Amino acid sequence: MASVEFANVRKSFGTHPVIKGVDIEIADGEFVILVGPSGCGKSTLLRMLAGLENISAGEIRIGGQVVNGLAPKERDIAMVFQNYALYPHMTVADNMAFSLKLKGAPKSEIDKRVKPAAEILGLAPLLDRFPRQLSGGQRQRVAMGRAIVRDPQVFLFDEPLSNLDAKLRVAMRAEIKELHQRLKTTTVYVTHDQIEAMTMADKIVVMHDGIVEQIGAPLELYDQPANLFVASFIGSPAMNMIKGKLDPSDTEKFITDKGVVLPVAKAPDSAKGRALIYGLRPEHMTIANGGIPAEVVVIEPTGSETQMIMRVGGDDITGVFHQRIAARPGEIVGLSIHAEATYLFDAETGTRLV
Amino acid sequence: MTMTQTARRESAFGTFARSNTAIGALFMLPAAAFLLCFLTYPLGLGVWLGFTDAKIGRDGIFIGLENYQALARDSVFWMAVSNTVLYTFVASILKFIFGLWLALILNEHLPFKSFFRAVILLPWVVPTVLSALAFWWIYDAQFSIISWSLIRLGWIDTPINFLGDPNNARASVIAANVWRGIPFVAISLLAGLQTIPQSLHEAASLDGATSWQRFRFITLPMLTPIIAVVMTFSVLFTFTDFQLIYVLTKGGPVNATHLMATLSFQRGIPGGQLGEGAAIAVAMIPFLLASILFSFFGLQRRKWQQGGQD
Repeated sequence: MASVEFANVRKSFGTHPVIKGVDIEIADGEFVILVGPSGCGKSTLLRMLAGLENISAGEIRIGGQVVNGLAPKERDIAMVFQNYALYPHMTVADNMAFSLKLKGAPKSEIDKRVKPAAEILGLAPLLDRFPRQLSGGQRQRVAMGRAIVRDPQVFLFDEPLSNLDAKLRVAMRAEIKELHQRLKTTTVYVTHDQIEAMTMADKIVVMHDGIVEQIGAPLELYDQPANLFVASFIGSPAMNMIKGKLDPSDTEKFITDKGVVLPVAKAPDSAKGRALIYGLRPEHMTIANGGIPAEVVVIEPTGSETQMIMRVGGDDITGVFHQRIAARPGEIVGLSIHAEATYLFDAETGTRLV
Repeated sequence: MTMTQTARRESAFGTFARSNTAIGALFMLPAAAFLLCFLTYPLGLGVWLGFTDAKIGRDGIFIGLENYQALARDSVFWMAVSNTVLYTFVASILKFIFGLWLALILNEHLPFKSFFRAVILLPWVVPTVLSALAFWWIYDAQFSIISWSLIRLGWIDTPINFLGDPNNARASVIAANVWRGIPFVAISLLAGLQTIPQSLHEAASLDGATSWQRFRFITLPMLTPIIAVVMTFSVLFTFTDFQLIYVLTKGGPVNATHLMATLSFQRGIPGGQLGEGAAIAVAMIPFLLASILFSFFGLQRRKWQQGGQD
């Protein structure tokens, strides 16, 4: 186990920069998730940590040691690939034992390490099968088993769940988290799925276009997004964002471009007179008589909650309500917004002001 | 009453005509006729001729195994057999080694990769007769460029007698065959190499494998199915080779480079002994059958290839 540090790491493919100076510190035993949309450089960053891509500038340290010049096999890390990358011509047991065999470990030691790993992952009855004879979830487990057997300094996961169906993904999510709690190995995990990131991580690194937008604990990112990108990326359904300005005479009123007045917690004076974006999470509103009039556009009951898209003065607002609502499309409902839970962003820079 | 019966009969025929079996048979008919005319008939005729004493211009009569008995006592025939086996064995191994080596090099990230891949194919694309003529000059007793170069370098004093000495001649024709056959092996194996996912190599290198270990434990085992196909074809092509020998040595010196195919032709057409020529050709069948059987078992899906999709 070891800590991992990225210090001003950069990477270009030809003249095209893909990682534009990244600083991340990962403590020993931490579960860190790199999350961001496709093409944000998260996988490249992971592959640089693994030694599969070289580093154009900056330093990567594992356990305090600079690994820029080290070959993948010298870094003592294990990686779970998106397509699992199981050796198709080897049985499950041989797949898991491959690294030990290369080291020339005696058979007794290989058994001693493969057996418990297989037990942990429920692979014991499958040890003699070949990868092709396994289901997606089982292959996923074998890939993790291969990593566990190594007992490496750092585990790397590259979108390991994206080839699984939705139900299995939820199950494997819990399994990976449990595994980490048990082994306490430093883990760096890449995904584009913010729900995966929220549910599994100790710390999330939100990346966008080759830079780090924000680093923090899941709820920290959710409650205090640093900017528009993080605010829109974290949370599902996504945060509502409406363009407008503060009321010059009252900093507790926000006037949308369409002329509707929405409530805000007291905004700083610096926000006055600027083009702003009003941020409102779907769950921070209730239906109440005398609220802001909103026309129901779509209503989606899911049983435990009701999701509605409503039109407020020309802007669409998505709301999630923990109650059953008997509204029909076209009807006007009253919307009460929790002013203390709203955000204001600078429309130009995207930075959060409130 | 009669009307109904006819209708019923028609519908029964209609059912048959519409059934998959009938349609399948119908569609296979042209192909079957084609195979019968152009494959089975000549092959059958060849086998039949082997049991007759046919000569050019005279229909033979059935003489049973006499041709084969004569061949069994014929030292030239046995030399042709041993030449063919040696030729096939040595050339195939060399083609495999050089072909695999080339494929591995071409699979790396090289500048002008597609250019090199195209160039590699040239020996395979050039008509055999043309390349054989080129080799004829390269191996010429007086004007050989190899002899000339070596003399200039001062390594030898007299030109090498490439095609005049039995062993030199054998080595020379094998070298020419290898040169011609490498592209097929190299390009086929290259195609095979490209089906191996890059992530397997990455996983192996993270698992601590050196590049030799990656080749030994990942590339080679995953390539075996393709190696089996390619080498079967390579062996079949080499075993039945004719053009190269015919242009370069015509089987000489003193039959030293005769292969079964060239001997069969020489006895059958210029020699006029159709029956004997056919018998030699038929004698190749067991060897070819053996190599096809070998590939049949070699090509069977290995256990790891069975089961679902990736």
